Amino acid sequence: MHDFYSAFGEAFRLVVGLDPDLTEIVWLSIRVSFASTCCAALLGLPLGALIAIAKFPGRSVAVVLLNSLMGLPPVVVGLMVYLALSNSGPMGSFALLYTPTAMVIAQTILITPIIAAPTRQTIEDLGQEYDEQLRALGVGPLRAVGTLLWDGRFSLITAFLAGFARATAEVGAVIIVGGNINHVTRVMTTAIALETSKGDLALALGLGMILMIIAIGVNALVVVLRATGARSAYA
Amino acid sequence: MRDAAAQPEALASQARVILPVAGHGLVFQRGARRILDGVDFEIGGSGTLAIIGPNGAGKSVLARVLAGLIAPTAGHVTWAGTPPDRRRAPKFGFVFQRPVLLRRSALANITYALAIVGVPRAERAGRALDALNRARIAHLARSPASVLSGGERQLLSLARALATEPEILVLDEPTSNLSPAATTAIEALVDEARKAGTRVAMITHDLGQARRLADEVAFVHHGRVVERAPREAFFARPSSAEARAFLRGELVL
Repeated sequence: MHDFYSAFGEAFRLVVGLDPDLTEIVWLSIRVSFASTCCAALLGLPLGALIAIAKFPGRSVAVVLLNSLMGLPPVVVGLMVYLALSNSGPMGSFALLYTPTAMVIAQTILITPIIAAPTRQTIEDLGQEYDEQLRALGVGPLRAVGTLLWDGRFSLITAFLAGFARATAEVGAVIIVGGNINHVTRVMTTAIALETSKGDLALALGLGMILMIIAIGVNALVVVLRATGARSAYA
Repeated sequence: MRDAAAQPEALASQARVILPVAGHGLVFQRGARRILDGVDFEIGGSGTLAIIGPNGAGKSVLARVLAGLIAPTAGHVTWAGTPPDRRRAPKFGFVFQRPVLLRRSALANITYALAIVGVPRAERAGRALDALNRARIAHLARSPASVLSGGERQLLSLARALATEPEILVLDEPTSNLSPAATTAIEALVDEARKAGTRVAMITHDLGQARRLADEVAFVHHGRVVERAPREAFFARPSSAEARAFLRGELVL
């Protein structure tokens, strides 16, 4: 019991005192997650918009597939990316395994559907509402997609933030392809897993606190954005 | 109000790209129902045409087909002699029964339409404000479209359609859900557009509205244009049995 309380106190000191080891891990986590979410947005926004608007055979299959991919098991993605990047794999010559780049690749794969699926839904709903009016105004298909993305921006930013929150909290994929190497690929989640098993509860708890703060912060941002959206022209 | 007086000459001097709007042998089939049943219809000239008829007669479908928004099952539409195309669509104003507004401010809804027709960025806000002024809703310029009342939304949608100076303005029951005050405001704006030289075609269930606004009336029944006549003649002595029954209030289907 005494250990437990002292671990909490120590964790608090680490967080408040901006312990260098702790900040290094937090900073890497944020960089990797942000880079992954940006890559995922670059892929997911056009992909979602395309599936929402394009008419092609098997479209409903694509929608089901996309929605299912939101629940992609991280360890499976980690394993696939590991196989692709390992020395004998198709991308082995790039020597990316156990680097932050490998973690970004794995997380991008995980998060792309998390951004693309709500994008598809948003753009499809808005598209049904706008379609006839935009055509009456003489809007071409390219400008129509731009209009839908812009008018759906609050929902799309929410999807982006959900992707970022998922990335920061994810452990299965990054531990396989990153390897949790100190000062290189150690991020918050992998550090918590390691420190807990080593019995160093203070660092694990400190990182856990920061993870929770990020999750709460992201969700608070979503609430603020929704309120802003409601004020500035959103139904 | 800026160009209200100058507009008729301006429109007359420009080569017409939409008028006359013509449908040739239009058939529109939805499942087993034949909604348009061989319609030949032309809107040229000037003034206001009221398109009346019972629910399900095919009025809205006819308007959408003529606007190039839906393709007919058979027959074809021409604008000034050639098939409709997107480039000319802004000159064919269309106002829907339920206004669809972008999730932006009232002003931005209009600048958007102006951007499509290539109005330079610097002129858009000024012209959009003029359009809002003519609709008497300039005080709502900065309001999100979503917070406007039903009447204000329809006025905005009409102002947006007029902002690109269309040759023809087609309205699909624009006042059917509106209060008398909002209806008056819409009618005033439509009539101003007509006076400025815009050809108007208005679908309505409101016979009083047709009497107030129309120069000419077309009566649609069972997917056919049964009768078309100047307003006075139509209301005084409708030539078809269906129109007579409709005016007596007997024909509801």
